[in-house]
Amino acid sequence: MSATLTESPHRVLGQPIKRKEDPRFLTGQGRYLDDIKLPNMAYMAIVRSPYAHARIVSINKEPALAVPGVLAVITGEDLEKLGLAWMPTLNGDQQMVLAVGKVLFQYQEVAAVIATSREAAYDGAAAVEVEYDPLPVVVDPFKALEPDAPILREDRKEKTNHIWRWESGDKAATDKAFAEAEVVIKEKIRFPRVHPAPLEPCGCIADYNRTKNHLTLYVTSQAPHAYRTVLAMVAKLPEHQIRVISPDVGGGFGNKVPVYPGYVVAVVGSMLTGRPVKWVETRTENLASTHFARDYHMTVEIAATREGQVKALRVHTVADHGAFDAQAVPSKWPAGLFNICTGSYTFEAAHVVVDAVYTNKAPGGVAHRCSFRVTEASYLIERAMDILAQELKMDPAELRRKNLIPADKFPWKSPTGWVYDSGNYHHTLDYALNLIGYKELRKEQAEKRARGELMGIGISFFTEIVGAGPSKHFDILGIKMFDSAEIRVHPTGKAIVRLGTRHQGQGHETTYAQIVAEELGLSPDDVLVEEGDTDTAPYGLGTYASRSTPTSGAAAAMCARRIREKARKIAAHLLECGEHDLEWVDGRFQVKGAPHQSVTMQQIAFAAYTNPPPGLEPGLEATFYYDPPNLTFPYGCYIAVVDIDKGTGEVKVRRFLAVDDCGTIINPMIVQGQVHGGLTEGFAIAFMQDIVFDENGNNLVTNFTEYMLPTAVETPRWETAHTVTPSPHHPLGAKGVGESPNVGSPAAFVNAVVDALSHLGVRHIDMPITREKVWRILRNAGIDE
Amino acid sequence: MGHRIAVTINGQRYEAEVEPRLLLVHFIREVAGLTGTHIGCDTTSCGACTVILNGKPIKSCTMFAVQADGCEIRTVEGLAQNGELHPIQKAFWECHGLQCGYCTPGMLMAGVALLERNPNPTEEEVRRAISGNLCRCTGYQNIVKSILRAAEMMREGAGVASGSPVGSGSPAQ
Repeated sequence: MSATLTESPHRVLGQPIKRKEDPRFLTGQGRYLDDIKLPNMAYMAIVRSPYAHARIVSINKEPALAVPGVLAVITGEDLEKLGLAWMPTLNGDQQMVLAVGKVLFQYQEVAAVIATSREAAYDGAAAVEVEYDPLPVVVDPFKALEPDAPILREDRKEKTNHIWRWESGDKAATDKAFAEAEVVIKEKIRFPRVHPAPLEPCGCIADYNRTKNHLTLYVTSQAPHAYRTVLAMVAKLPEHQIRVISPDVGGGFGNKVPVYPGYVVAVVGSMLTGRPVKWVETRTENLASTHFARDYHMTVEIAATREGQVKALRVHTVADHGAFDAQAVPSKWPAGLFNICTGSYTFEAAHVVVDAVYTNKAPGGVAHRCSFRVTEASYLIERAMDILAQELKMDPAELRRKNLIPADKFPWKSPTGWVYDSGNYHHTLDYALNLIGYKELRKEQAEKRARGELMGIGISFFTEIVGAGPSKHFDILGIKMFDSAEIRVHPTGKAIVRLGTRHQGQGHETTYAQIVAEELGLSPDDVLVEEGDTDTAPYGLGTYASRSTPTSGAAAAMCARRIREKARKIAAHLLECGEHDLEWVDGRFQVKGAPHQSVTMQQIAFAAYTNPPPGLEPGLEATFYYDPPNLTFPYGCYIAVVDIDKGTGEVKVRRFLAVDDCGTIINPMIVQGQVHGGLTEGFAIAFMQDIVFDENGNNLVTNFTEYMLPTAVETPRWETAHTVTPSPHHPLGAKGVGESPNVGSPAAFVNAVVDALSHLGVRHIDMPITREKVWRILRNAGIDE
Repeated sequence: MGHRIAVTINGQRYEAEVEPRLLLVHFIREVAGLTGTHIGCDTTSCGACTVILNGKPIKSCTMFAVQADGCEIRTVEGLAQNGELHPIQKAFWECHGLQCGYCTPGMLMAGVALLERNPNPTEEEVRRAISGNLCRCTGYQNIVKSILRAAEMMREGAGVASGSPVGSGSPAQ
């Protein structure tokens, strides 16, 4: 039964295949959390604190219980009786589910009202009477560390607002390098407090069945298996009796990694009322109470030679974690992978210190479109390199060229211990500079400056670190950060692949189908990708920190190869030859030297169920848990060109080129889309976003008229390109890309603005670079409109 | 308390007794059961709830259902006809104009409303027309490209002729 030979080689990887998931989204048939309606479902609304720091004197539920339709009112005291008033965080702290005794940030969860309709739940929440006794508020993380600062977390043994100190690198070697340095630069740089703000807010439906002691939790989650395990630990439910379903997710960007108090209360609410309980937060609740990102107050120093050779890097950071240390990072990495801050350069020594602090703000510190704290690190080093270039009066591209890690030094071990897998940095730099016409731009800038016009060029050459595991370094609550895939090939040669990750727009249903199709010689149309249901998917740690392709993408490829090994045995049986006489060519097995004798995966799959070789287990399926041997290190060179209006201070991004190297590209259309989105977020962070509080801890940006998101009008036109340096250890050579543009772009924007103003003595401007900030700089410098 | 209203959505009449405070978006999603129209904010900022009411794009979170009594509404569910995608749906698919899909229905309706009043918009006009619709995933570039492509397809009347059926896997053009 030899197959007809097809002329074109089977090649699915690298093709811009239209997305398989799109038809349902285009026709309004996506199924997001709030689209789900269960019989007899109740609704929950949360009563939140108007104060940033206050004792709770009393809570009167009665007026709420009198509202028609209200079924129950739950307070922290009620949860205390169940042992659920506090829940553990991923970072070894604990967080109040509903406030007990006091509140620690404005909009903190104080009580929950469950009712037969959404309107009744909100009416009930408005009727709950809470009496507060305000306490002194700590907003500034530096003031939080002062000896007379009020102690915020009275539940802790340690009577201080200092949470922990984390150090990385070699202090002695770094201090020595600084003592001997010819040139030292130092700058204070803040990465503002920003919010992922996915367009779909967070929410859940908790459906507890008393008879079966079984909980189904539909939830907007980037990591459904992790939720299941956390719920088992927190709610003391047996894990096999919990099913977490993450339906279509309307964007996550890190915001949908943490387990929020609302989910836990909804579970309790379902247990108390015997009904499914839906809770969907409002946008204000999303911005004001769910995880923020960044808020790093960093001091950076570089030691270098007069010729511009960098020697050592010293960093001290005060990290504002808000009221609870609830940031989502792997257990052993309290400051995430922030010590990647030596970046793309050949530093000989580095010393990095991070001090984490409690303040009266919402908890967080999530990896927001960024591997854990890598955006902070990348912004820091790329800003600092420009400051050094300015100090040395060197061209920033030349300074980078001089210090980039040479291609022949990979794998490169950084002074903080990371082993970069692969890179051809100089090639990528030259490619980007040529593509944008760097020399001509510098010439244009000089001419414009002579005429008094303001134009700037900003470069960022970032190195990302993604794809956690390996499990020897990374775990969450002890669970190793591998990821998984399970493939079943059906008798007719169609396949289903299930994975432990959960996409939120990244196109997994297409890219994973391409990977499996490539490996098994199938059409991507014949591969169904399923994620997000813990009852059916193999255990995985979820989608964030650009880890899906590096981990589950690898797992899918390895799993398919496992299937192919069994398929080889069946093929040998069908072709009546030895296994070693076969070769895998263009998506089928053929006899070496006799290409007309071949079988396709469809034929093999059919035989696996109808005519398996004697002694071989029937069926054709496999599971693979992939523990990566190392992280992957995508990198890129981004260049921004800006013009500044002298009258208004408005910065116009004239051009922005992103040259990314994310290794092997599986679907270039999807990769480009990921880059566009990340750049837009980087643009927003650079120019418009900061969560600010007044001195009483009132959050001043709690909706989209205050927390700015760029529209199609402000957003620049993006230019994208690639170099390809495959990862040597990933089965496909892929590295991951979703977060590179957010990691790499803020520094390019800021460097461009500072470059435009550098001749006025400007060295650094903290983000967000608003018109007002630039206008003030221009007026202070005596620039005429 | 309740008010009896009748609203026509995608050609079908829906009658119900509603509370005066019920938002139109909740009527569409919960009374008519058309969940393609989404909610992303509380301040009329995001546009995920955009529908076409009596020929004009509106944000259905900023209108009470009772105000829509007697109105004709079109939602994303009404775009495809007889299993054939509307040109704007085809164009979004072809040009990768969507990622998570949450803003997509609102973007599609804002785009359709633009193309119905201006069949040959410039890129600048497209950007202005969707400036009331926020997207967190795409950076708008491919959305703009999609709407311009849809305009081209509609002008050529090629939307039907070169129509791709609902399915997938063929390379993007």
